[in-house]
Amino acid sequence: MSGQPQPSSPTIAAGSPVAGAVGATAPAAPRPLKAQRRGGADWRKRAEITILAGPALVVFATFVIVPVIMAAYYGFFRWKGLGVPTDFIGFDNYISILSDRTFREAVGHNFFVVIFSLVFQGPAAILFALLMNQKIRGRSLIRVLIFVPYVISEVIVGTGWRLMTADTGAINGLFGKLGLESLQQSWLADPALAKWTLMIIITWKYIGFAVILMLAGLQSIPEELYEAAAIDGASFWRTQFQITLPLLGPTIRIWAFLSIIGSLQLFDLVNIVWGQYISATAGTSTMATYMYLNGHMAGNYGFGNAVAVVLFLISLTVALIYQRFVLRRDTEGALTGPSKKKAKKQKKEMR
Amino acid sequence: MSATATMPATGQAAAPVKRKKSREIHWGSPVTYLVALVLISVCIGPVLYIIFGGFRTNSQITMDPSGLPDPWVISNYTDVATSSAFWTAMKNSAISALATTAGVVLLGVMASFVIARYRFVGKGAMYAFFAAGLMFPMTVAITPLYLMVRMLGLTNHLLGVILPQIAFALPTTIIILVPFLRAIPDEIEEAAAIDGASRLKFFFTMVIPLSLPGVITTGILAFVGAWNGYMLPLFILTSESSFTLPLGVANFASQYSVDTAKVLAFTSLSMVPALIFFSLFERRIVNGLTGAVKG
Repeated sequence: MSGQPQPSSPTIAAGSPVAGAVGATAPAAPRPLKAQRRGGADWRKRAEITILAGPALVVFATFVIVPVIMAAYYGFFRWKGLGVPTDFIGFDNYISILSDRTFREAVGHNFFVVIFSLVFQGPAAILFALLMNQKIRGRSLIRVLIFVPYVISEVIVGTGWRLMTADTGAINGLFGKLGLESLQQSWLADPALAKWTLMIIITWKYIGFAVILMLAGLQSIPEELYEAAAIDGASFWRTQFQITLPLLGPTIRIWAFLSIIGSLQLFDLVNIVWGQYISATAGTSTMATYMYLNGHMAGNYGFGNAVAVVLFLISLTVALIYQRFVLRRDTEGALTGPSKKKAKKQKKEMR
Repeated sequence: MSATATMPATGQAAAPVKRKKSREIHWGSPVTYLVALVLISVCIGPVLYIIFGGFRTNSQITMDPSGLPDPWVISNYTDVATSSAFWTAMKNSAISALATTAGVVLLGVMASFVIARYRFVGKGAMYAFFAAGLMFPMTVAITPLYLMVRMLGLTNHLLGVILPQIAFALPTTIIILVPFLRAIPDEIEEAAAIDGASRLKFFFTMVIPLSLPGVITTGILAFVGAWNGYMLPLFILTSESSFTLPLGVANFASQYSVDTAKVLAFTSLSMVPALIFFSLFERRIVNGLTGAVKG
C-alpha cells in the first residue's frame, strides 16, 4: 500500500529512456516475429506463466490471503481452535472486544505510541540528518553506528533495556552514582512512567531508520537550489526552512506513514520488556499483545481472530485517512507526478 | 552522496558563494561533531552495556549495576559459547533465514518476470493481488496464520516459519523487482529469440544476471527480516530444539533470570551475526531500505 503509488522512481527513470529508444525504432521489426510465435506457442506461453508465477501465487495465497479470509470467518464463532467451528455467535466477539476496557486502553496506548513516535522521532531525525548531511569527517562511520540499534533484533533490544531499566538496573545505578537519587524511579512498573520508558526505547530503536531515510531524502535535493539561495544571501536556517523542509516533504510523509502503521502493530518490544501479563497494568499493552494474550494464550481462537479483524480495520482506516489527506499530495505529485505518468503512458504506447 | 561531492567544484566557479559556504561550515563544524558524538553515544551506550555486562560477574552487577567489568571475566561468554542451546538456536536461525532468502528470491524473481515481461489477461490483477499483501502485516494475520500452519501440520517445524516468511516478503520483493525486469531492453530479448533461445533460457542467462542489484537488495531485506523475526516463531515454534535466536534469547532470559551476567553474554553473542552481516552489507541494506520506502 505504501510503495504502490510510486514504483521505484530511480529505476524507471533509468529504464524508460532505454525502453523509449527501443520503442521508437522497434515497431517494424518485432511484429512479424511476435505473430509467428503466437500461432504455435500460445499454450507454451501459458505453461511458462503457470510454472513461473504459480509457486509464488500458491505460497502467497496460502499464507497471506487465505488466513486473512479465515480470520474474518472465524471471528463470528465461539471457537477453541479445534475441529470445525460450529458455535456461531454473530457479532458477540466484536461486542465483547469493544466493550472490554482493557482493549480500549490498549488502543489508547497504541495511539499514544503513534503520536509520540511522530513527535519525538520526526523533528529529531530531520535535525540529525541536516547535521549529518554536512561534510564532516567519519560520516560513513557515524551512519553505521546510528543504524546499529535498528539492525539488532527487537528481542535483544528489549532484553537489554529491560535489565537496564529494572529497579536495580544500570539506569538507577548511574543516577545513584551521580548523586541524583531523586531521579531513581520504577521505570517499568510505575504506570505513570512505563509509557514514557516505552517511548524512549522505541525512539532509541527506530530513530536510526528515520535519520537514514531523511539523509537519503536530503541527498536527492538538487545542489543548485542551495547555490541559488546562497547567492540570494539566505541564511542557513532560512535555507533549511524554505528549501529543505518543503522538498523533504514526500520523504517525511512516507516515513510518518510507516511509523504510524508500525506503531499500530507494536508487539515485540512490549512483549519482551513487560511480558504478556504485566503490560496491561503497567499501561503499555497494545492491540497485538491483547490479541496474543486473550486469543492465542487463552486458546480462544474465535475471539483472537475477531481481535485481528478489529486491529486490521483500525489500521486500514488510519491508513486510508492518511492516504486521503496527506499522501494524496505526493501521489498527485506537483513535482514528479505528471511527468512520470506521462512517461509511463508513453512507454505503454510504445509497446 | 554524489551531490555533496560536487559541491566544492561548483563553489569554485562562483567566488562569493564559496566564501559564504565555507563560513557556514566553520560555524557549524564543532556543533555538528558534538551532536554527532552525543547521538552516537546514546545509540551505542545500551549496546556496550550488554557487551560489557557479559564480562562481569553477578555480584559485580548487583553491587554496581552501571559499572565497568572489574576484573574482566570471560566465563559467561565461554559458558554460552559451549552451550548447545546457543548453537541450536544459531543453526535454526541460519536455516530459517537462508531458506527464506532463497525462497523469496526464487519465487519473487519468477513471478516478477511474468508480471514484467509477459502480456496476458489478468497481468494487472496479478500485480495488484501481490501488492495487496502490503495491507496485511504479519501482526494482523498471525492468529489465523497460526491456525493455517497447524492445519498443515507444520507447527514446531522450521518450515512452518519459512513458508509464511516467504509469503509475507513477496509483496515488497515483487514491487522492487518488477521495475528492474521491465527496464531490461526488449532488444536483448528479441536478440535472444532470434538466436533461438526460449524465454526460459533468456530468463536464466539474461534476466537473473541483469537484475542482480535488485535481487541482492530484496534478498538482504528478507534475510534480515527472517533473522530478527520474533512474533511468527513465537506462535509456531514451541520446543527448544526448534527455537531461532530471538526465541532462544527470550527463553534464556526467562530461564536464567537470576543469572543476569549470563543473560547479557547470551544476548551479546546472539547480536554478533547480525552486526557482522550488517557491517558487510551496510551500504546495500541502507540503500535497500530507503529504496524500498521510496518505492
